[in-house]
Amino acid sequence: MTSLVELMDYDEVIEKYDPVLGLEVHVELHTNTKMFCGCANAFGGEPNTNTCPTCLGLPGSLPVVNGKAVESAMRIGLALNCEIAEWCRFARKNYFYPDMPKNFQTSQYDEPIAFNGWLDVTLDDGEVIRVEIERAHMEEDTGKSLHVGGATGRIHGAEHSLLDYNRAGVPLIEIVTKMIPGTRERAPEVARAYVTALRDLLKALDVSDVRMDQGSLRCDANVSLSPKTTGALGTRTETKNVNSLRSVERAVRFEMTRQAAVLESGGEVTQETRHFDESSGSTSPGRKKETAEDYRYFPEPDLVPIAPSREWVEELRLTLPELPWERRARIQKDWNLTDEVLRDLVNANALDVIIATVEAGAKPDEARSWWVSYLAQQANSKGIEVTDLAITPAQVAKVIELVNAGTLTNKLAREVVNGVLEGEGSPEDVIEKRGLKVVSDDSALEKAVDEALAAQPDVAQKIRDGKVQAAGAIVGAVMKATKGQADAARVREIVLARCS
Amino acid sequence: MTNDLIHATAAELAAKIHSGEVSSVEVTQAHLDRITETDGKVHAFLHVDTEGALAQARRVDEAVKAGEQVSPLAGVPLALKDVMATECVPTTVGSKILEGWIPPYDATVTRKLKEAGVVILGKTNMDEFAMGSSTENSAYGPTHNPWDLDRIPGGSGGGSSAALAALQAPLAIGTDTGGSIRQPGAVTGTVGVKPTYGGVSRYGLVAFSSSLDQAGPCARTVLDAALLHEVIAGYDHMDSTSINAPVPPVVAAAREGLNGDLSGLRIGVVTQFSGEGYQQGVARSFEAAVSQLKELGAEIADVSCPSFDYALPAYYLIAPSECSSNLARFDAMRYGLRVGDDGTRSTEEVMSLTREAGFGPEVKRRIMIGTYALSSGYYDAYYGSAQKVRTLITQDFAKAFENFDVLISPTTPTTAFKIGERANDPMAMYKADLCTIPANLAGTPAMSVPSGLSDEDGMPVGLQIMAPALQDHRMYRVAAAYEAARGAFGGPSL
Repeated sequence: MTSLVELMDYDEVIEKYDPVLGLEVHVELHTNTKMFCGCANAFGGEPNTNTCPTCLGLPGSLPVVNGKAVESAMRIGLALNCEIAEWCRFARKNYFYPDMPKNFQTSQYDEPIAFNGWLDVTLDDGEVIRVEIERAHMEEDTGKSLHVGGATGRIHGAEHSLLDYNRAGVPLIEIVTKMIPGTRERAPEVARAYVTALRDLLKALDVSDVRMDQGSLRCDANVSLSPKTTGALGTRTETKNVNSLRSVERAVRFEMTRQAAVLESGGEVTQETRHFDESSGSTSPGRKKETAEDYRYFPEPDLVPIAPSREWVEELRLTLPELPWERRARIQKDWNLTDEVLRDLVNANALDVIIATVEAGAKPDEARSWWVSYLAQQANSKGIEVTDLAITPAQVAKVIELVNAGTLTNKLAREVVNGVLEGEGSPEDVIEKRGLKVVSDDSALEKAVDEALAAQPDVAQKIRDGKVQAAGAIVGAVMKATKGQADAARVREIVLARCS
Repeated sequence: MTNDLIHATAAELAAKIHSGEVSSVEVTQAHLDRITETDGKVHAFLHVDTEGALAQARRVDEAVKAGEQVSPLAGVPLALKDVMATECVPTTVGSKILEGWIPPYDATVTRKLKEAGVVILGKTNMDEFAMGSSTENSAYGPTHNPWDLDRIPGGSGGGSSAALAALQAPLAIGTDTGGSIRQPGAVTGTVGVKPTYGGVSRYGLVAFSSSLDQAGPCARTVLDAALLHEVIAGYDHMDSTSINAPVPPVVAAAREGLNGDLSGLRIGVVTQFSGEGYQQGVARSFEAAVSQLKELGAEIADVSCPSFDYALPAYYLIAPSECSSNLARFDAMRYGLRVGDDGTRSTEEVMSLTREAGFGPEVKRRIMIGTYALSSGYYDAYYGSAQKVRTLITQDFAKAFENFDVLISPTTPTTAFKIGERANDPMAMYKADLCTIPANLAGTPAMSVPSGLSDEDGMPVGLQIMAPALQDHRMYRVAAAYEAARGAFGGPSL
């Protein structure tokens, strides 16, 4: 099915309009239990096994707030430089949907736990943009509907639907930005960079798995265009189902070109929810609603207000880990990196693995060298990110350690890495299986050196006469004889010792 | 023997069962027989759990025989309002929409009763989702007042109160959102207590209006109510609105009250609850009660709580608003009734047809009122204003309790009216809760104790006693003293 959507050339869009962004991110917390009951908060599993009267919304059941989730919400708020409410409540958002057991979602409305914050976002070229945070609030996830029959897997045309409530009641934090104006042609990049920065932050806080592919991090992108001629704010659309960082960028870009074309043809942008399609990279309107949704919010009478003491807030502030940007600044200083080098590491998504390699015992330069050269090439040739290579930072650190100990030469080390990447096991396993160990037995090396010296008596004489650089020929011969499994430096030492 | 057992109080039955004089099985069977004999006329029960009741009775008898220490009400039968979830026993809340639903779990109240060895005879009739003052709104037909079968037994907990008056059970559980324990107590000549909000767990109580619903004890004597109160009350981590404080010493207070001395106690008569609309027999019964309280040594004076005049309209915004949300879950997806699922209709259509068929007119009326009151653009004018009235009512109570230990009023303006009399006049029906609603809005405890019979129609009248939050024991002391002074007033003949 091809939809014929008029799109405007991107440069022309930028010439005529200023895009305005707004991003809503839902993050599933990885607490042990759900938001309002004691059921396990676990991904997957047999349908409807992680359920109880409360998360199934059975008559008479009541919610009890998960304290750990509140703590996570506050830590997220603090990390986003938000104010933490002195007093806030949950509210009911009322609407009917089969995957929502109570037909209302327990959420927060005008009294969020955290508000008025900001997040600094670094773009690909190193420019930093401050994104203002409107609020971060707590709510519960819904269950999942599986529509059986019909072509699209969507509800229309389905023969019947199956409901799985394992996800119902999983703690969610919704983080909403204020309007992000002034991003011009970089709007799509800003959107991606913001979600990336937020993901890294949430990961550092260890509050969520932040897996966009599994839905534990979900982004809704609001986009509108403001004509440069009038500067008036445009009508926004909200694009859902944006399941990867790259999709965030593509969805925003698509909406900009689509909306511009609509406006250009004299039409009006419809305020609506749109659905992003990964394969075509386009958005399409969501289900049309006959009437405007009125959620009839009111304070949740089954829960008492949350009034975090200032002492608690300050205690939580102390638990904040080193945040991604703080970490970057520290690494840059400690390792004495230029802005450019640091940016390259960040853009190559390599900083975390390099740091982890250093933490596993390698020196920063050694770790960096492996990840940005040999391993980057391997990733590149496979078309994947370095972080997706089948080797762990600890394994890289082990290889480096073996090189430093003289057990491996650089050449052997690369072969060991290849073996690990090909799934042959740990570096030690690969060395064992492929027989790659450096010949470090001095008597064996001495024998090989003596043979080489005997084979080239003129070279041996030159060395004895003080022409040390002549040793290279003997070392080369020995390396050849040992099929490269000797430590060249050690061989050289032996050669010089024999000729002194 | 059977006659003695069904007339006995819970305290007396407990003493006999625990001393081995009579078995719990005998007591339970006597009440089951009484139900069989009389419930065709009264219709207090929606479900009688004969096997479950006798099994529990046998367990208590074995424990007694083994010399085990049993709890104060172990072995005594009880009628449970059908709003409380009971594992493996049907729970309909008086609605067609939950017909056939068997809960997989026990309400906290149910669990506490079972753990205390109380014998649950069955589930009692009620206005659908506890919305009503006559039990006529039950989807399963009305309950009849044992004093006059042509009259209503009050509501929503008419089944529980009628069961007590009909000697089908010495104890019952009710829930009170706007008077659903006290008003049925008043019109059936029984005792009904709405504890402090948060005093008894709401976990497993099928919600009507979460911020108002409160379960409480019903009995024929004040002491029995107090004994039951202590069984069901207490902090519950499953209910966030449950109060983490010691249970008020209501049994001790009831026993203290029985000595008949109230000297020095300050009692305020709420002036808002008299005059037009109050039946003369009710007013005279109330005056007589005031005189008796004076004779017991209480100091009595009038007190004005002007905001109480707005309690009824505020209640009829808050309760419907909360119910419109609480009842949204009845959508045919997971349990209960499902209508129209013939493979041709959408999910929304099935939801809609089910709710259309499953809810009665009063429930629909309140869902619609509540949906409207919470709508965007109307919220401040309706729900918001009602919440402000609620604050004013709380303040009026607080001011009154600066000068008085307890407040009193008639429980309800009239005695039991005839079945059908107000069925088509919701406003007249709503006025039955005029005096009881303020305590729900403020979350304070209140109870109804019989003040004898109205001299004009021979029907029971109730005296309402209200106390500050967590001072439930104060009203028990007053009620017990008054009850002793009042003496017996007869009972219905069935």
